[in-house]
Amino acid sequence: MLLDKDTQKAYNRDPSMCWECYNCVKICPTQAIQVRGYADFVPLGASVTPLRSTDAIMWTVKFRNGTLKRFKFPIRTTPEGSAVPDGGFKSDGDLSSSELFTEPASLGLPEVFSLSTRGGAHA
Amino acid sequence: MPNPEVVVVETDLLILGGGMAACGAAVEAAHWAKQNGLRVTLVDKAAMDRSGAVAMGLSAINQYVGLKDGANSVKDYVDYVRNDLMGVTREDLVANIARHVDSSVHLFEKWGLPIWKDANGKYVHEGRWQLMINGESYKVVVAEAAKNALLGSGVGQIFERVFIVGPLMDGDRCAGAVGFSVRENKVYIFRAKATLATMGGAVHVFKPRSSGEGMGRAWYPPWNSGSSAYFTLKAGAEMTCQEVRFIPVRFKDAYGPVGAWFLLFKSRATNAMGGNYMEERRPELEKWGPYGRVKPVPANLRNYLGMLDVLDGKGPISMRTEEALTKIAEQYKDDPKAYQKKIKELESEAWEDFLDMTISQAILWAASDVQPEQKSSEIAAAEPYFIGSHSGASGAWLSGPEDLQTAETKSEYSWGYTNMSTVKGLFCAGDASGASSHKFSSGSHAEGRIAAKSAIKFVVDNNNLPAIQQEEVDKIVAEVLKPLETFEQNRKLTTDEDVNPNYIKPRSFMFRLQKIMDEYAGGVTAQFSTNKAQLERALELLAFLKEDSEKLAAANTHELMRCWENVHRMWQAEAHVRTMLFRGETRWPGYYMRSDTPQLDEEKWHVFANCRCDPQTGKWEMLTRPIFHIFEQPKAEAPATQQPAVTR
Repeated sequence: MLLDKDTQKAYNRDPSMCWECYNCVKICPTQAIQVRGYADFVPLGASVTPLRSTDAIMWTVKFRNGTLKRFKFPIRTTPEGSAVPDGGFKSDGDLSSSELFTEPASLGLPEVFSLSTRGGAHA
Repeated sequence: MPNPEVVVVETDLLILGGGMAACGAAVEAAHWAKQNGLRVTLVDKAAMDRSGAVAMGLSAINQYVGLKDGANSVKDYVDYVRNDLMGVTREDLVANIARHVDSSVHLFEKWGLPIWKDANGKYVHEGRWQLMINGESYKVVVAEAAKNALLGSGVGQIFERVFIVGPLMDGDRCAGAVGFSVRENKVYIFRAKATLATMGGAVHVFKPRSSGEGMGRAWYPPWNSGSSAYFTLKAGAEMTCQEVRFIPVRFKDAYGPVGAWFLLFKSRATNAMGGNYMEERRPELEKWGPYGRVKPVPANLRNYLGMLDVLDGKGPISMRTEEALTKIAEQYKDDPKAYQKKIKELESEAWEDFLDMTISQAILWAASDVQPEQKSSEIAAAEPYFIGSHSGASGAWLSGPEDLQTAETKSEYSWGYTNMSTVKGLFCAGDASGASSHKFSSGSHAEGRIAAKSAIKFVVDNNNLPAIQQEEVDKIVAEVLKPLETFEQNRKLTTDEDVNPNYIKPRSFMFRLQKIMDEYAGGVTAQFSTNKAQLERALELLAFLKEDSEKLAAANTHELMRCWENVHRMWQAEAHVRTMLFRGETRWPGYYMRSDTPQLDEEKWHVFANCRCDPQTGKWEMLTRPIFHIFEQPKAEAPATQQPAVTR
């Protein structure tokens, strides 16, 4: 998506490579973007419309025959922007060890698996 | 882009890409960089919140080993991956990801990703290794943690909408990367002590099934344009498994996921006559050595059985959604109210599966008036993809971790820093790393972390900025911008800027590449079949294409990106064709068939097929590397472990 500074409207500069990921639809502050399914294999007349809030997304699915379905799904369990990199897990490994940042706590194990500590056959 | 500003950025670790592996790398690198007083720079060609293969979201996490609950062991995962890849996998790399991946999943949950839980608070499994999630914002959550880590720690900076063209080299050491902004009149020279390539796999190397407006509806996203493969090849890195493409069998045309249907809902797929190829063609599996006898049946063999039905004229193949949902709800048949409630719940789960990750499939269902509880839907084999993180295996040949080697593997698989390529200072993760399949989103994140920690170690041990010659930089910048100049010089020769005798636009260039690959290298049109003569013909045509890549033309910076994306695809294509030609057998029949060597040849070809293009001479070298186990194997010839396909 690109903003046309003359018209102050955003547009899809290359629809030929559109994945229909809907990210532009979901983020548009005025819900001004609609998607019509790919012309070369999708029959006309249906629509799928999201309304994304900070913790859930609501979908309205309109069938070609007029049937309407609505679905609502959670999208995250924490407030937007609040993701703490270590997730509250402690890190005390060193740069030369096989323990990654937050490990072994974030694994829920006393140590990181290794061939030498656990033995190959019983891994 | 006349006289662009050339911006030079100096950093310690350079992370290229913004997807799952890059986000894992960012979180990890920030921690160790802060501890060691180093700087980290991440460059993404799009916007990190929604970039990479998880941009749309996902409905499942495909790799969770469950180590803390003792559900599976690291060895179990390695066995599963090796069998699915017909015996060809780097056990040390797969084990390394498997021992760390649960940590990434637990972090996702803390960051805010909703993972389904059962009444006892345990994760709900889709299959043995797969967890069900409400994953619409999966990437948003993971990118948020990455950004908070890089920017919050004060060690990092992030460049978005900057497209990376290729590597900068200082002799045999990677010295950084060169790229340009797709929004501003700027060329970037990134100088780094270590560089981590995580720029995804490749889509649109082969002609897609839909070639009109639906061309964008690739299974893997169309912005995965082979940039990792190009970057590593041009740096002179040894590559592995370049022949191991992936063919996903998905809901036809919109490519909706089938995992939930096969694993969670236990659906069957049947042909036009109502036959089930997984049962009727079971004897065919006997032809594929020990791999035909493992459970679950390797993905390529499942594909192959379905393809045989289609070749016999027994298509279409249908996913029996109506049968599966009715069967699950049947247990409530004596209680109409409970039955209705269950059907409603299943219907919602089925729609969420698409809405979370393949919205086009929901549109297609709605537009075709399909209600899955009433009507089945067609599935089909898609065009080939390069996706070393999934069920393909293409990528760079990497050094494995020291503590996961045996006396036998050490000399072949480990030469220093974990996840470093054969090029000094160049690290890889996700789709950029080869022979370590089935890492998917979570494992790519974990591998990004592994590679980043290792790269920081490399910087601490090699704490000097590689030299670059100004002359060389000027040459590279001119090369990067050449398509703009070619366009300006020639555009007035004709009445249509897309038709010109002196240049080729990136779109036509891509179509030319796709036609070669489709027809000669085993694409959809060729029914995934090829042979020596066809591959040699493909190489002839690719040589002309490579010459003509010098005449690519771009009207603006967006097209300039398209030019380079297609050069990247072309290099992935050449590595693929050369390696299929080199491996004189058929090992993954549902991915491609060599009609002249149609059988598995365990004696000769139970090896890795590797390649390298010499950056100085441009000459390709093909070589084999041995396959070793890091875990003890049963003495019998069968490496098979009898595993249930699904546990709940």
